[in-house]
Amino acid sequence: MPVIEVQQISKSYGALQALDNLSFQVEKGEIFGLIGPDGAGKTTLFRILATLLLPDKGHARICGLDGVKDYKKIRQILGYMPGKFSLYQDLTVEENLEFFAAVFGSSIRENYELIAPIYSQIAPFKDRRAGALSGGMKQKLALCCALIHRPEVLLLDEPGTGVDPVSRQEFWEMLAGLRQHGITMLVSTPNMDEAELCHHIALMQNGRIMAIDTPDGITTGFEHPLYAVRSADMYRLIHDLRTMDGVQDCYAFGEYAHVKMESVIANPRHPEQLLAFLQSNGHEKIDIKVAAPTIEDCFISYIKS
Amino acid sequence: MNRFSAFIQKEFRHILRDRRTLMILFGMPVIQVLLFGYVLTNEIKNAAIAVLDPAKTEESNALTNKLVSSGYFQLEQNIPSEADLEAAFKSGKVKMAVVFPADFSVSPNKPTDIQLIGDASDPNTATTLINYANAIIADFVQEKALVTGSGNAITSIRTETRMRYNPEQKAVFNFVPGVMTLILMLVSAMMTSITIAREKELGTMEVLLVSPLKPIQIILGKTAPYLALTLLNALVVVLVGIYIFGMPLQGSILLLTAECVLYMFVALSLGILISTKAKDQMTAMFISALGLMMPTMLLSGFIFPRESMPVPLQVIGSVIPATWFNPIIKGIMIKGTGLDVLWKQTAVLGGMALFFLAVSLRNFKDRL
Repeated sequence: MPVIEVQQISKSYGALQALDNLSFQVEKGEIFGLIGPDGAGKTTLFRILATLLLPDKGHARICGLDGVKDYKKIRQILGYMPGKFSLYQDLTVEENLEFFAAVFGSSIRENYELIAPIYSQIAPFKDRRAGALSGGMKQKLALCCALIHRPEVLLLDEPGTGVDPVSRQEFWEMLAGLRQHGITMLVSTPNMDEAELCHHIALMQNGRIMAIDTPDGITTGFEHPLYAVRSADMYRLIHDLRTMDGVQDCYAFGEYAHVKMESVIANPRHPEQLLAFLQSNGHEKIDIKVAAPTIEDCFISYIKS
Repeated sequence: MNRFSAFIQKEFRHILRDRRTLMILFGMPVIQVLLFGYVLTNEIKNAAIAVLDPAKTEESNALTNKLVSSGYFQLEQNIPSEADLEAAFKSGKVKMAVVFPADFSVSPNKPTDIQLIGDASDPNTATTLINYANAIIADFVQEKALVTGSGNAITSIRTETRMRYNPEQKAVFNFVPGVMTLILMLVSAMMTSITIAREKELGTMEVLLVSPLKPIQIILGKTAPYLALTLLNALVVVLVGIYIFGMPLQGSILLLTAECVLYMFVALSLGILISTKAKDQMTAMFISALGLMMPTMLLSGFIFPRESMPVPLQVIGSVIPATWFNPIIKGIMIKGTGLDVLWKQTAVLGGMALFFLAVSLRNFKDRL
């Protein structure tokens, strides 16, 4: 039985369709990623799963419990970390943790081994007010508070936002560590690079799920040849390549531009053709290489198709 | 640790760590009582007056002396002619003028006139001063009549006035109970509504809701500390009233405490009701200030007598808790009355408490 089950959920705010007929399921002990830009409907979905909002249509079940009927039972087994930093800024690290432990009828000692790997990192600051912590430490504290009652399901709404890359990396390692305790995790993020750290991901846009698969499954589904191209004038490069025959799309990707070809078969002559086209357009310092499609490439493809 | 006590402990930490909250909780009540008690009194002392006395008889001098020695008036200037009256008032130096006729004399057979001119740009002060002067002049006439031994028609009715419960007519007797209704409302309703709205604003309410805490536990946990602190506040106000301003406490202190708690319950449930509607602290503060503070101050009869208000305002005033609480405190403190007299007001407050608590519990959603 899946731990999280979302069946044809729709939710709208007035004329705005926030969620449009969403369905997916998450198995026990899995890290499931909801990937999508701001406004895709991730937070609305989290609030429905956290029993804070009622869906207009459809059902959400957590551990077989109905999100509307059994919401009180769900709240006992749920750990929820909202997108906004939602701890008490005027309480110290330890006081925050103590409070949330007590609210869930638990204590720090009782579940210390669960949070130990995370808490040990912020323990040196346990007497500091939460408001005075750095973004990364706040996030770790929030995770501790969401975990302190040993929930079966953990909902993390954009935990990587406002956190430096190093802390974000550490955060994901902690999530991976929690799997051994059988905790099922649903994580949302607008960062495509975080998607690769999930077992399954759903790509979301405008309240819809465009694809659900493993990160590898998503990227292998990208059927077009992809090249990373660079020249001295990147702005003009992207503009020029979009007009080239045989090129379906071209967009900035880090220091390079990614060029997606129209054909679905890799042609060894593609790099030559690209080089010739760019030279004829007067580009200098041209660098062309074959690129492996990333989640972001797939996401862009889905949006455009 | 028990869920509920952890919540209360957390709430106390919030209160004690926020200087603004502490100021409102403990600075404001004392400042308000002292302000109302010392500054905003409607008793007038040493008002500057001018006297125009062309007669300069022994009697006119005696009357002027009597006015000045009363303590209410202070002779600012003797005016030589009526033409100078205008200038004296315009300069703002005098609040009232006493004009004697040229042939002033107090005799049983011949009535005589004295003109009292008030500066009615401040009508309250003018009326009060004229009343004081009238009373002093009447007293003067009576003394004269006794001395001359004549029993004429003017002096045959003597009024004897006694101001019961407050013989010195101290304004504090009115202000201390009034300030109590105000402070308890302010602290209980405004502070609770703000503190609950703050959890919403900061996003912590979202986490509290997704916890096994019941709505009633969240509400009680948020309000219980304020209930305790407000009771402390009431005690401070009563003590200041008694020891600094000489208020009596004639009735039962137990009854007074119980009534205060009842009133606080009404105020707290109003605060919760406001917080169910307000999304952030600013809104909560605005609704409490405009919706609760202003009516409590203006319509409850604390500052302006309710009897002289237009009927619609009287009706609005009658649903304000302070309107019912004010007579209760006055009754207990000043007159020493008990529940046998105050049962009606108490019942109304009790009804309000139940009603508002029920409505706010209904409105408190355990979802977003």
